[in-house]
Amino acid sequence: MKFFARVPNINFMAQRKLGLAVSAVLTVAAILLVAIRGLNLGIDFTGGVLVEVEYPQSVELDTVRRHLAEAGYERAVVQYFGSTTAVLIRLPPAENASSAQVSTNILRALHAEESGISLRRIEFVGPQVGEELAEKGGLALLFAFIGIMVYIAFRFEWKFSVGAIAALVHDAVMVLGYLALLQVEFDITTLAAILALIGYSNNETIVIFDRVRENLIHQRRTDILDVINLSVNQTLLRSVITHLTTLLVLFALLLLGGPSVHSFSVALIFGVIVATYSSIYISTNLAVALGVSREDLLPPEDKELGATL
Amino acid sequence: MKPYATWKYVVLVLAIVFGALYAAPNLYGDDPSVQISQENGEPLPEGFGERVQAVLNAEQLVPLASGIEDRHWVVRFADTGAQLKAADALKRELGRGYVVALHLASKTPAWLRAIGARPMNLGLDLRGGVHFLLEVDVDDVRTRAIERIVNEVPALLRKEGIRYTGRRVLAEAAQLDFPDQERLEAAHRAIAEAFREYDLITPPDAPLSLQVRLSEAEAKRIVDFAVQQNLQTLRNRVNQLGVAEPVVQRQGANRIVVQLPGVQDTTRVKDLLGATATLEYRAVAEEDPYAAASTGIVPPGTELFYTRGDRRPVLLKREVIAGGDNLVDAAATVDENGGPAVSVTLDGAGAKRMFAFTEKNVGKPMAVLFKEREVVTNYNAKGEPIREHRQVEEVISIATIRGVFGKRFQTTGLTSKEAHDLALLLKAGALAAPVEIVEERTVGPSLGADNIQQGFSAAVLGLALVVIFMAVYYRVFGLFAIAALLLNLILLVAILSVMQATLTMPGIVGIVLHMGIAVDANVLIYERIREELRAGTKPHAAIEAGYDRAFLTIADANITGLIATIVLFALGEGPIKGFAITLAIGIITSQFTAIVGSRALAQLIFAKRPLKDVPVW
Repeated sequence: MKFFARVPNINFMAQRKLGLAVSAVLTVAAILLVAIRGLNLGIDFTGGVLVEVEYPQSVELDTVRRHLAEAGYERAVVQYFGSTTAVLIRLPPAENASSAQVSTNILRALHAEESGISLRRIEFVGPQVGEELAEKGGLALLFAFIGIMVYIAFRFEWKFSVGAIAALVHDAVMVLGYLALLQVEFDITTLAAILALIGYSNNETIVIFDRVRENLIHQRRTDILDVINLSVNQTLLRSVITHLTTLLVLFALLLLGGPSVHSFSVALIFGVIVATYSSIYISTNLAVALGVSREDLLPPEDKELGATL
Repeated sequence: MKPYATWKYVVLVLAIVFGALYAAPNLYGDDPSVQISQENGEPLPEGFGERVQAVLNAEQLVPLASGIEDRHWVVRFADTGAQLKAADALKRELGRGYVVALHLASKTPAWLRAIGARPMNLGLDLRGGVHFLLEVDVDDVRTRAIERIVNEVPALLRKEGIRYTGRRVLAEAAQLDFPDQERLEAAHRAIAEAFREYDLITPPDAPLSLQVRLSEAEAKRIVDFAVQQNLQTLRNRVNQLGVAEPVVQRQGANRIVVQLPGVQDTTRVKDLLGATATLEYRAVAEEDPYAAASTGIVPPGTELFYTRGDRRPVLLKREVIAGGDNLVDAAATVDENGGPAVSVTLDGAGAKRMFAFTEKNVGKPMAVLFKEREVVTNYNAKGEPIREHRQVEEVISIATIRGVFGKRFQTTGLTSKEAHDLALLLKAGALAAPVEIVEERTVGPSLGADNIQQGFSAAVLGLALVVIFMAVYYRVFGLFAIAALLLNLILLVAILSVMQATLTMPGIVGIVLHMGIAVDANVLIYERIREELRAGTKPHAAIEAGYDRAFLTIADANITGLIATIVLFALGEGPIKGFAITLAIGIITSQFTAIVGSRALAQLIFAKRPLKDVPVW
């Protein structure tokens, strides 16, 4: 398919200041969204009890609520899960009066009236476990950032590494903002999605950086903006196609993967789209703003040569 | 084009053979089967097969196969009906000493098993089962250690003739007061010599006092010991439940993971895992219990308890004739009146004491004390957990000693369910410290089946979309990329199987996501080839340049990707680890298949053929 017989020639860097400003505004907006609206944290993080049951025929939610109220769980949140025969019951952590016994009591309360109910799943997470998980998740993000930053500083240059990390933080924050906006449930798999996104988005940045370095060394251009524009254009098709294949599998997961991977797919689909933008307008852009130059990227032995060119 | 090194072809062929062999067991499926092993872990006795066969014959059940597999006796059946019937019959006929569990045995042929090829394990979220995270109550262990200090140290001082004027129990220590400096120093020396594991401190505000506390190392050691002991006890209890492939593992300093595949009745499991019930045999004191109960003054050397049910007061001697530590075996049974009872067997020391006691006290009453400690966690207004310890101590039976007995005897006064549970608990040993369930995840079998089906169809659709796209967009080279992707998937599954990794829903998601990302390496290469062609490079040179130049970029991208997945693996919990490991292995295998694999194909097909253009667009 020779749709693209020529390398595109889009002047990405012309709007670089605008791009940086837009991202800054969007990032602040996302942070505000998370701060004000809050994430819809799942019981993995908050602690609490979740019970999913399947009734042999359609059931009225009010009936379920009444049974639960009779057993003393007036504040249980009851909702359908996919169909009118599947019911999801949640209890907040403050409500789980004692321990894991609550899930047992809930089942008893339902079984008392209705036989033939089948248990789909029970999740009980003690608040201490949830807190630890949130802590560990934050730590995981931090370590991932540090590891990637060190590697890029070692392979490329610290200005690039700052740019790359800024892009990753941007992506993570944007996804969190999006999840807060739509109130998609944030559970442990969503956290995994964000960490996977960090690896993915970083790929994107590395590919462009790699090309920038190559062009700086081989092409005799001195204007860094020219080189970056060329590099972004050269890698543009590859980016589009990789995003496309990744989005293909993510849509497959969203369509057929069932409710348990819903938030994972939603988070990643949005993340992949954001990552495209951030690798152009944040990572390289910030490296330029920090004053990255041709000399920074030449191998040490070529530096003198480079300086005299 | 330069010739491609022969060894690279050899490595590629070896990888294909390895992948095909070790991924294959996942295709065979399972037989419903019954798995039998000795409770004490010893190998099965000679002629065990005939016993099993006799039981099956009596039930007119015909197994598909029956024999030793991986140290267990495995009887395979064609359907679950026969499996359940056989399990019931075998449990009944083999009797005590054997663990009979329902199991899904892989249909992998023997020659594949012989080279160590086995299918991946399915996680609880795919096949159903329960997962518990139990927290050992460390505070309880420490408190009891302090109590021991409070008993031991004054006893030592009395023995040594060192007078002290007072003793107090503090939160983390026992404090002793002395009349003068001399005695304090003498006590310091005596305690330091007798108990090396204690730290001795004189608080600045009380110069004539000595605080005895556990040293950091000792505190750590006793907690560690308690957790280890609990681990063993929980293993024993889980074995009693008859579950195939249970997992009982320590996690961190004071937590224990228990996973029971296929178990649905979580209520009973929860009761049994956390239970601390045990029995004590004590002599009944002769003093009037009603007087003690009404005045609250308990005669020295006795303790006041109440009977179960009618709550009558009973005074028991402090001395324990036999307790939980002395019980080596127990079984639920019925007494001569047909009521539920527990038949217990004592160890040597317990039996000796019991014999001596009953010999001297024929005609006098002996009581059985039922003890259970419970931890209940409540939450205050701020949502912080507050632990409450509750101790249940009830006299379940008082019987007149009719004759001398020692090692084995019966205890009555329990309900039928209690007799069964108590027998199981006594047999499995007591928990060294109370445990509390801090996390539970139970997945019903229907949800597990749905997860597998949904994960599988998402994977198929994802793969199909990627394959169609690559073939249409990159033509012949797209086919190379597809071949590389398929090999990559086979290698990924093979490596996961060899590692005996557990496949979970996040793991499947990881594989699906990986399919989309893995082709990136090929996309990078192919776009590079196209660029070279646009720049006017000759076809063969363009192919070579594409592969050569993209290599480092792919490596850089993959290494940073690996950093993220390693962090995910190091900090993640169970299911997230599964996701991380599939991504990490996928990155490594794709570096190999996308570059070496697809390049070998390109070489094989195009190296010796004159090309006007490269079929990459």
